[in-house]
Amino acid sequence: MRIGVITFPGSLDDVDAARAVRLAGGEPVSLWHGEHDLEDVDAVVLPGGFSYGDYLRAGAIAARSPLMADVVAAASTGLPVLGICNGFQVLCEAGLLPGALTRNSHLHFRNRDQGLRVERADSAWTSSFSAGQEIVVPVKNGEGRYVAADADLDRLEGEGRVVVRYTGGNPNGSSRDIAGVMSADGRVVGLMPHPEHAVEDLTGPSTDGLGFFTSVLTSLVGSR
Amino acid sequence: MPVVVVDVVLKPEISDPQGQAVLGALGRLGHPGVRSVRQGKHFVLEVDGTPDAAELREIAETLLANPVIEDVELHLPTD
Repeated sequence: MRIGVITFPGSLDDVDAARAVRLAGGEPVSLWHGEHDLEDVDAVVLPGGFSYGDYLRAGAIAARSPLMADVVAAASTGLPVLGICNGFQVLCEAGLLPGALTRNSHLHFRNRDQGLRVERADSAWTSSFSAGQEIVVPVKNGEGRYVAADADLDRLEGEGRVVVRYTGGNPNGSSRDIAGVMSADGRVVGLMPHPEHAVEDLTGPSTDGLGFFTSVLTSLVGSR
Repeated sequence: MPVVVVDVVLKPEISDPQGQAVLGALGRLGHPGVRSVRQGKHFVLEVDGTPDAAELREIAETLLANPVIEDVELHLPTD
């Protein structure tokens, strides 16, 4: 299974994301934002970082890059897409996910190991978990506060599109402790925490993050 | 060259922690009369020819502002 990892100017975690794909058993494929070529990958990861230095709004300029037009088109026909941190910001700015990510309510950059509860274990990126499972994955963000209009939040909750929620304290003031949401078809997922930093005992607080990457490989096998 | 100004502010229902931090500083500096601060962005665009209001509105609403969280005000040249 070929999993594309897009590098934007200012991406930081593309190498870690590719490593996580490899450890999960997939073949990572490096993609460049300025091309119009998804290279026939089976799924795409938008990594964390500070694309374009967070100028204008975090993820705003990357969301208008050439390759993102291809990602938006492919997502409409079911391409699994995972956006992590800055990648989540890009997905919201590109209109693939609802809501927006804004300055943390306490104004501090927050970097810590974070408890999470997997609310949905039936998205393309969370099928390796069980619903309600508690995991630990690092968070590191300054603009990670998930916001949307109350009516939109109610609709998201009603449709069961909150994929992951913070436990043991909300690191950034996100509405309703939301750490990740998904598209209506469950193929596009955005996460503020960084599963790619929790894939090996040596460097992570757990190996819980690996589940997001094994999930998509399983989903792809099932859909073929 | 015509100049178009675009002001972007967070919607009233979106909390603005940066504005609140500025408000806190004003209180410490002896300005208790300032009741609230909302921080925004101010864009100045120089454009060729007569500004096309529809095109500039599109620019403002699709790139300069994120309509999910921000309101936008477009100021076209009046002369």
